[in-house]
Amino acid sequence: MENILTWISAHQQLLYIVILMIFVGIEVIGHVPSVLHTPLMSGANAIHGVVIIGAIIVMGKAETDNYLALILGFFAVLLGMLNVVGGFVVTDRMLEMFKKKK
Amino acid sequence: MTQSILTICYLLASITFILGLKMLSNPLTARKGNMVAAVGMTVAILGTIFLYRDEETGNNLHNYGWIFSALIIGAIVGTLAAKKVKMTAMPEMVSLFNGMGGACAALISIVEFLHISHQIHNGADAAYITAIRPTVMIILTGLIIGAVSFAGSMVAWGKLNGKVKDLSFTGQNILNLLVLATTIGLAVWLVVHPEQSWMMVVILVLALCYGIFFVLPIGGADMPVVISLLNSFTGVAAACGGFLYDNKVMLTGGILVGAAGTLLTILMCKAMNRSLKNVLIGSFGVSAQTASGSTIQGHHKEISVADSAMLMAYANKVMIVPGYGLAVAQAQHICHELEELLSQKGVTVKYAIHPVAGRMPGHMNVLLAEADVDYELLLEMEDANDEFKTCDVVLILGANDVVNPAAKTDPASPIYGMPILDVELAKTIIINKRSMKPGYAGIENELFFKPKSSMLFGDAKKVLQDLAGEIKTL
Repeated sequence: MENILTWISAHQQLLYIVILMIFVGIEVIGHVPSVLHTPLMSGANAIHGVVIIGAIIVMGKAETDNYLALILGFFAVLLGMLNVVGGFVVTDRMLEMFKKKK
Repeated sequence: MTQSILTICYLLASITFILGLKMLSNPLTARKGNMVAAVGMTVAILGTIFLYRDEETGNNLHNYGWIFSALIIGAIVGTLAAKKVKMTAMPEMVSLFNGMGGACAALISIVEFLHISHQIHNGADAAYITAIRPTVMIILTGLIIGAVSFAGSMVAWGKLNGKVKDLSFTGQNILNLLVLATTIGLAVWLVVHPEQSWMMVVILVLALCYGIFFVLPIGGADMPVVISLLNSFTGVAAACGGFLYDNKVMLTGGILVGAAGTLLTILMCKAMNRSLKNVLIGSFGVSAQTASGSTIQGHHKEISVADSAMLMAYANKVMIVPGYGLAVAQAQHICHELEELLSQKGVTVKYAIHPVAGRMPGHMNVLLAEADVDYELLLEMEDANDEFKTCDVVLILGANDVVNPAAKTDPASPIYGMPILDVELAKTIIINKRSMKPGYAGIENELFFKPKSSMLFGDAKKVLQDLAGEIKTL
């Protein structure tokens, strides 16, 4: 119990971010027209690809002879990159079709 | 110095994510918003590679060869896949990429857990075990959510491209709850006893199973909602990484998507006039079995292309109802051409867009926008329903469930309660379909047997080309 409390006070900045971001996330897309539901979902999908940063850190910290960690990390970076690049490109292709509209 | 630059990189990226999402929710700025977020992501990734320094050891990252080869392969494959995919297959693609993100989060958790269990087995003391528990908790949370999101997205992907069929049986909800409860229970146990590292494998397998069981019974027509929900799951899994590495950009991005994704899921449900609970455990599949027993008997009449062309060319007002069939046939351009031909003849032509026509909310808008159809002509469901009674002809192009009157009249129908387009209010209804086969929800549509309705069989593109040809000669 005590170490959970210590953990909370050690991470209070992060907890504040969590709470604020929940409200920002809700506020920011609150008035989206249904036309944009799909592109918005796809865009959000690309943004959570930020998980790749964790994958890069895992990969970059792994000992050079720890092949299990290297292989798992390699796949983590690869899949994360697929998520990021694929996500943004697909979203752009969807939105491309809205151009030149008044 | 380098650490401050990295902090600024992360700060910039976080701001671009928030701005990007904000811009994405407005049609005028959406495309730019996507770019802004992409630039932010690039800054964050490059910053991490070159500037990140381990707090404990003070070392920079290494294994650049591995990192860059993974990045390059991922970027090339991702771009090609996203560029090559057909407009109709977009939803599947989003689901697939979402699954990749979930898998990435799960893999990170696995590596970090292996690292910790290595430390423990190399004779760490009791104090280390006590201190590591909150970290283990975060790791396991990321592992479970990531694995559920990965497995669920793969099933959703399979369902959308028709490889996986709906599967439901009695007691499924209870089984699902049991699997989930066991997974969480074992995770709590592992947090208390982090030295029993083998348990991680059991938890991983259970979480994967839960992801599969969770999505399997949900009908294919509800997949967009499920994908949106899994999308927000992956966001939360990414945020777990933020706690793990004390990394604020992962936290911001992850929670932002988690919150926005949850709201978006609810908005999508609202567009279908259903609650999330109804979508998730209302089990499309179970009620479909009872409904499919009561097949509608009757005769449908067919109409020729020439007659259809005649009807439309001499109408005052024609309403086009596009559906998935239009998307599959890639007939959006020829559809726009037909609309222009009719307008030249003095016919008012409008489009009635059901919010969930096609395979995703907004699917039809995207498709018609591609063909340069004027925004003004696209009516949302409520407006369209007000206008149907003034329409002479309604032309339904490959839509089925969104015009099925059973949604209003038959409480046993799996789509009962979903708002539909009231095409019956119009004088004549022409329905273009490839065959009499039921639509995606797998149910019969009595609309096809109404006296007002006529069937115009054929591939949407071919039929529209013939129609346009006929109208030109009139």
